[in-house]
Amino acid sequence: MHKILSNEHISGGIYRMTVTGVFHEAGMGQFYMLRAWRHAPVLSRPISVHNIEEDRIQFLYHTVGEGTRLLAKLQAGDAIGLEGPFGTGFPQVQGRIALIGGGIGIAPLLYAARQLKQPDIYLGFREQAYLTEAFEPYANELTVQVGGSILDGLHLRRYDYAFVCGPLGMMKEAARMAKGITTKLYVSLEKRMACGIGACYACTVMNKNGNRKACTDGPVFMAEEVDWHGDLGL
Amino acid sequence: MATLDCNVAGIGFQNPIVMASGTFGFGREYASYYDINQLGGICSKGLTLHPRTGNSGTRIRETAGGIMNSVGLENPGIDAFLAEEMPFWETIVPVKIVNLGGSRIEEYVLGALQITADAIERRQAHLHGVDMIELNISCPNVREGGMAFGIKTEIAREVIREVRQATSLPLAVKLSPQAENIVEMALMCEREGADCISLVNTFSGMLIDIHKRRSAFANSYAGLSGPAIKPLALRMVHQVARQVRIPVMGMGGITSAADIIEFIMAGAEVVQVGTYNFMNLRAGEELLSDLQDFMQQQNLSSLDEIRGIIR
Repeated sequence: MHKILSNEHISGGIYRMTVTGVFHEAGMGQFYMLRAWRHAPVLSRPISVHNIEEDRIQFLYHTVGEGTRLLAKLQAGDAIGLEGPFGTGFPQVQGRIALIGGGIGIAPLLYAARQLKQPDIYLGFREQAYLTEAFEPYANELTVQVGGSILDGLHLRRYDYAFVCGPLGMMKEAARMAKGITTKLYVSLEKRMACGIGACYACTVMNKNGNRKACTDGPVFMAEEVDWHGDLGL
Repeated sequence: MATLDCNVAGIGFQNPIVMASGTFGFGREYASYYDINQLGGICSKGLTLHPRTGNSGTRIRETAGGIMNSVGLENPGIDAFLAEEMPFWETIVPVKIVNLGGSRIEEYVLGALQITADAIERRQAHLHGVDMIELNISCPNVREGGMAFGIKTEIAREVIREVRQATSLPLAVKLSPQAENIVEMALMCEREGADCISLVNTFSGMLIDIHKRRSAFANSYAGLSGPAIKPLALRMVHQVARQVRIPVMGMGGITSAADIIEFIMAGAEVVQVGTYNFMNLRAGEELLSDLQDFMQQQNLSSLDEIRGIIR
């Protein structure tokens, strides 16, 4: 068990939890399974790494169901169980890089921005922007947009790599834009998970070459490998 | 120190904790988190003769005290299992059980033949192969076969008879709680030469997405497991265990050593742990340690002292 340092309300249903411990083994785009209860809800909650410092880790999450609502109630000093890091995250690449986040999809991009060399960062929000200042020190250029689509007017072909995390519709659109250009597009997908380690086959993602597991093969996939016509819902 | 030894069809289990099919992958997945060689046994992910891609749509949801799954027997097929997973299985201590699924009788039979041939070959080469087959006639999530074989005793009899002839390995039959008459089903399995009854598989259940106004699952129904089903499963294990002479592997919602003791007292020889693996990555290790503590506290030297004591 780890100790919670803080659990701040950020905006709307968005919270940021800071937990003590040494987590240097985690890579960008990986996740931990969080659990602060015994039996109910039955499953732990997979939450991506938002940021890691010497002696702490941060998770940025949106309260959407029973589990995340319980997480939001936790306070400084409370204990939380973390298992991980799990999954295949974003690759360490070099070149011209764009990080594109939509809403709570910005969560894994802060830690990614810190691992990469001055990427251009695009953050889109539906109603209200939050935590954009945290990205500033790591961005070559930071673009923030509230309302509309952050993908509008984005010249994807200027980049060698683009990492996208956001609503499914946004990732689909980004994948469509990346067709026929040389930009390598990576998306971080979201699926309901049970085990988190590839044992239960619950978080299957339909890939052009067959089924993949979001928890071990992903959550980050190359956009061109994902079967965007398949069922990609939770 | 108390012994936790158990025995099914002449195969010794070092303790009664067996990991249930579909919740433990092939064991390898959990081996990085604790020493799985402490376990009594491991049931493979449900395997079929040919690879299966499983169901589309939502595969897992939570409900009060349980989870509902509609994985639909996604698995790499027996060939891939033998090639890719057996090298690891050869090295592990727990009793190795293949959970065998299918849509047609011939598919079950061919699968059983292949697993048996491989096990014999490995034994002749002095290697550890598959120890037992657990016949899955109870998967609620496949459209053809699966649970359809496990509802009516007469239909189940056909597949069990054929598979029994196809394998010399100890054969467990995993029953569905949807069976029309679970005791009659178990007695039939015994008469047809099954070595063990494993029960129960998941309960067929339903969850409706009220906003989309349709079932949460593409397949309409899904399999309910977890603490919610424990009292139902325990009752069925009790009903069956007092009627059959062959051993019973009891399961359904076990999340503590106390739950294990309940199943043993109801008459189970060993138990299977399923959903709890998702609640606690080191479930096996924790349950074993708690079980040993219980034996000591109660001054028990063997599980035989309490097995089936509830008449």
